Amino acid sequence: MSAGDFSSDRPSALRRKLLFGMAAVPGLALLPRAVAAAAPAASVNSTGLAVTDSTVTVGILHSITGTMAISETGSVEAEKLAIAQINEQGGVLGRKIQVIQEDGASDWPTFAEKSKKLLVNDKVAAVFGCWTSASRKAVLPVFEQYNGMLYYPTFYEGLEQSKNVIYTGQEATQQILAGLDWVMKEKGAKTFYLLGSDYIWPRTSNKIARKHIEMHGLTVAGEEYFPLGNTEFNSVINKIKLKKPDVIYMSVVGGSNVAFYKQLKAAGIDLNKQTLMTISVTEDEILGIGGENIAGAYACMKYFQSLDNPNNKAFVPAFKKMWGEKAVIGDVTQAAYLGPWLWKLTVEKAGSFDIDKVAAASPGIEFKGAPEGYVRIHENHHLWSKSRVGRARADGQYDLVYETPDLMEPNPFPKGYQ
Amino acid sequence: MSKTLFASRGNLVGLLLLAVLLLVVFPLVFDIFRLNLVGKYLTYAFVALGLVLCWGNAGILSLGQGVFFGLGGYCMAMFLKLEASSPENTKIQSTPGIPDFMDWNQVTALPWFWEPFHSLSFSLVAVVVVPALFAFVIGLAMFKRRVGGVYFAIITQAIAAILTILIVGQQGYTGGINGITDLRTLKGWDIRTDHAKLILYFINGGLLLGALLLAQFVQQTKLGRLLVAMRDKEDRVRFSGYDVSSFRIFVFCFAAGLAAIGGAMFTLQVGFMSSSFIGIVPSIEMVIYCAVGGRSSLIGAVYGTLLINFGRSLLSESFPQLWQFAMGGLFIAIVMVFPDGLAGLYQTYAAPLIARRFRSGRGGGRIAAASTGSRVH
Repeated sequence: MSAGDFSSDRPSALRRKLLFGMAAVPGLALLPRAVAAAAPAASVNSTGLAVTDSTVTVGILHSITGTMAISETGSVEAEKLAIAQINEQGGVLGRKIQVIQEDGASDWPTFAEKSKKLLVNDKVAAVFGCWTSASRKAVLPVFEQYNGMLYYPTFYEGLEQSKNVIYTGQEATQQILAGLDWVMKEKGAKTFYLLGSDYIWPRTSNKIARKHIEMHGLTVAGEEYFPLGNTEFNSVINKIKLKKPDVIYMSVVGGSNVAFYKQLKAAGIDLNKQTLMTISVTEDEILGIGGENIAGAYACMKYFQSLDNPNNKAFVPAFKKMWGEKAVIGDVTQAAYLGPWLWKLTVEKAGSFDIDKVAAASPGIEFKGAPEGYVRIHENHHLWSKSRVGRARADGQYDLVYETPDLMEPNPFPKGYQ
Repeated sequence: MSKTLFASRGNLVGLLLLAVLLLVVFPLVFDIFRLNLVGKYLTYAFVALGLVLCWGNAGILSLGQGVFFGLGGYCMAMFLKLEASSPENTKIQSTPGIPDFMDWNQVTALPWFWEPFHSLSFSLVAVVVVPALFAFVIGLAMFKRRVGGVYFAIITQAIAAILTILIVGQQGYTGGINGITDLRTLKGWDIRTDHAKLILYFINGGLLLGALLLAQFVQQTKLGRLLVAMRDKEDRVRFSGYDVSSFRIFVFCFAAGLAAIGGAMFTLQVGFMSSSFIGIVPSIEMVIYCAVGGRSSLIGAVYGTLLINFGRSLLSESFPQLWQFAMGGLFIAIVMVFPDGLAGLYQTYAAPLIARRFRSGRGGGRIAAASTGSRVH
């Protein structure tokens, strides 16, 4: 890392809060790893975390039961893979990582209870977990109060940043803007129809999309929301047929997608002719939807399993070796894989497991082994990463059709989009 | 009838034992984290108490008690959220001074129905009155038309579903599916500290015991006996000149008020409130607590709630992959093997033993008679 990482950022009142003693960081980075690895537990852990001379304990907190289990299982698997790989390489500061796994049970109060248990009772050094915004909102006060460290993998709505959270997925502007620009330029899209599930992420994403579309002088032909779990889309599909938007822009989540794409196909809308862009369907969801129902649709996110780079070529087989040949890897699964690695790199740079030191050392951490290519932690605790557009194939994979040439800056509080 | 039992000495002993367990044993045995969890479980016990009166005694099965739990919790949460959203705390928002989720949803001014919740005394009154009033309206609409039994249960379930959808849909005013989170202080008193949690635990325990006594009082009065009579032979009560619907409305409102107090204490102890407590699933879970405890036993309801929730926490910590199967198995086993729940177990096995002790000690036959009599429901 260099000082340039920080000076290139646009100044903002918000960021001032996040400049935690940055001056000390370059010095810590110079600590030789061998010295740090030999250090006794007390010197790398001054706040009573679960660190011994040979082990360090971390928590995994996802839903492995309930409606979210289908989405979150991939994240658990990726995090366990990363931890296994780190342990094979000798662990963190010479200590093997031990995992305490808790089930959030798709229930936000349970997430809060379990996060408190991990931090207060188990004194874990970091937690990899949460998926939905609601679960993150439920645990955030707990992490801030008990000073824990959460690595949160999902692409999300932004409007948040915390000393105690590293957001390894994309925030809304990072995910949306490049894809919209691409579809405007490549497809000449003029009218958009926005559909989403009714909660904060789709609403915020569509708000940003609408502002961006209107800024370009283009039209939003319609914007509609459906309760979570909704399976009846025929009336909106009829409206789409009447209004003939150039792009259907989708942020419907979970099982509703299965119904939507099947009904869309049954209504005779051919995704090879009608442009549809989704920001919520990863390879994981296609398993449920069926590749033949969604083939031709575009997805805008930062990672596809089919990415062609050396890191990903090592990552995909390793994942399949551990979790079975049939496993698929979606955007969030990859982001979850980043969590343990980023934590390891940060701890080694800080030379300590202390939460405050890890939080302060996080900005500027680079992970060159990321399956998506390369990521770096911004001082707002989100990741610099590329944005990509993929096109769904009938076999459930995406073909990469576009990627931004540069890393996109995370901007959780986008000016002009609020 | 169980009424005679509740007036008995054995019941007093049960109540004292519960008080000692809640106010002495738990605080001594558990660390503050576990104690806070117990406090959370006990807030559900308020709902279970109301259900004993409503369902066990009066025969009105409500599958929507989460609505009242949630409304009470939301009233409390609205006050706490307004206090946490002072202009200094929220200066990074585009409109400082309003709750953060409103700002995310482009609400630029505090909605009118939030305004009164700046006042603590209004909020505390609202915690009980708003849900009770809502229950009154539902009760009036249902019981006056003699809607009962399964139909009532279905309608309460529908109300739970409707309210959830309403709250989720109006996220600019309610926090939506995320709920109202990040609650910090009550009149400047930080409710997140360990010390505050300890105090809140005792307040909660005290309130629960108070609610238990009040509910027991209701059971013992003529009103309580009428409720049971209406459950078993509604027409006879009606022909005797009683207005059946008014009694039902009362007990439904009473149960709603209890549930609401539980909701408010939940918000205080857990630090947030969300729509996930209002829906159908939590409402049914609350009925299960009551069923496991033994649906006509007030003390049983408290133990039932504690047992299920302890089981849930411990099983899910030990077997994150399997715990839901274990919980399901537990429910089935209890319903199949012990249809009268924990209270039934106690009456069948423990009470005769205790009664024998008492009899040999004092020669009083009354308790033994009462305990056997209570097995008839």
